[in-house]
Amino acid sequence: MIRVVLPSHLKILARVNGEVKLEAEGLRTQRLVLDALEARYPMLRGTIRDPITQNRRPFVRFFACEQDLSHELPDAELPNSVVIGDEPFIIVGAIAGG
Amino acid sequence: MSKVRILVGTRKGAFVVTSDAKRAHWDVTGPYFAGWEIYHVKGSPADPNRLYASQSSGWFGQLIQRSNDGGKSWEPVGNQFIYNGVPGTHQWYDGTPHPWEFKRVWHLEPSLTDPDTVYAGVEDAALFRSTDGGHTWQELSGLRGHGSGPQWQPGAGGMCLHTIIQDPGDPQRMFIAISAAGAFRTDDGGDTWRPINRGLTSLHIPNPTAEVGHCVHHIAMHHSRPGVLFMQKHWDVMRSDNAGDDWREVSGNLPSDFGFVIDVHAHEPKTIYVVPIKSDSEHFPPDGKLKVYRSRTGGNEWEALTNGLPQDNCYVNVLRDAMAVDSLDSCGVYFGTTGGQVYASPDAGDTWAPILRDLPAVLSVEVQTLP
Repeated sequence: MIRVVLPSHLKILARVNGEVKLEAEGLRTQRLVLDALEARYPMLRGTIRDPITQNRRPFVRFFACEQDLSHELPDAELPNSVVIGDEPFIIVGAIAGG
Repeated sequence: MSKVRILVGTRKGAFVVTSDAKRAHWDVTGPYFAGWEIYHVKGSPADPNRLYASQSSGWFGQLIQRSNDGGKSWEPVGNQFIYNGVPGTHQWYDGTPHPWEFKRVWHLEPSLTDPDTVYAGVEDAALFRSTDGGHTWQELSGLRGHGSGPQWQPGAGGMCLHTIIQDPGDPQRMFIAISAAGAFRTDDGGDTWRPINRGLTSLHIPNPTAEVGHCVHHIAMHHSRPGVLFMQKHWDVMRSDNAGDDWREVSGNLPSDFGFVIDVHAHEPKTIYVVPIKSDSEHFPPDGKLKVYRSRTGGNEWEALTNGLPQDNCYVNVLRDAMAVDSLDSCGVYFGTTGGQVYASPDAGDTWAPILRDLPAVLSVEVQTLP
């Protein structure tokens, strides 16, 4: 089980409260987590990743275990504590603007 | 008794404002999609309870929302706007080639006859159509592909397709406008397009009378005379009497012919409205006095309408999609400002009152007249 924390705008869009819990097994990479997230909440497609390139949107960041994972490759292994659900995978809207 | 429903898009959400036909008391709901930029909200003429909204954000991209109950509830539909084939390049601000990149939807235009068909004008400029209620979108790529696309260049607000007008008498004919490419027309349902900019003069481009490159801000048409078009260009108010084949200036006695909005009275096809703005570098009304100008002669002769509008220290702008009219017997005129006010006139512009004062900057105003 993977725990995902969405930014507030996307929680409202997906109509969720608190963390999202993805029960599927084997979600060991960013790409697999985001694929599973978008499969469960189709309205999130295009909001976290560019719908064509599947690249992370520029003002969206990924954190877990007090690490910035934003620049990790999409198929890189996530920390094991995220994969087993001890720590959440946190999606953040970057602080930008004045 | 008839009702009026105003759909307001702002920098930080959408609002739905309703009144009975007296238009004296207004009920406000919203913000919908709080915190998101709502460039446009528009209802289907074929089913007034079917609304479409363009919701976007610099963080999370583009969404399209749909309502089937007049704005009480909404559901996100499709947000994939993919250019046909290899998108190619247009000109960047410095004249160098720049790849076409989707940024946002500026304008949504529901079909006159089918609630599930809706057109989207997007930045970078292109026209998309959905025939399944917004779930999927297909580009009408004959517009970008007609040949002049590589010469198009963004205006200060981006290279946006912001105006879509369907000819009520000819389902094959449609008009669109792009900043800063100009106006275009299709006579075959969107397969092929041609520029309709003859008569426009833009002194800020290398060839002032070029076939494309003009910064058209908005176009309006009265449904009873689909061959007559009125245009607010960057500078100049223009008119065409032959469906855009030729244009002539009708700025007449306006204090400034720079502006963004233009609209036509619901029942008087020669009565048109503009809001003059001081200049392209000072986006506020001349002398800090907010005035709507009305021409009852299809242009050239204009009268200032000020009753109820601020006449000192007013430095707001009125953006291109932020004026609309209702179709009650006494035509109502509405506009929103970048200062967050929405003004209404229940008597065709003779008197005005703010019906909302403190919204985020208003990006768009549309009106539905309901039975």
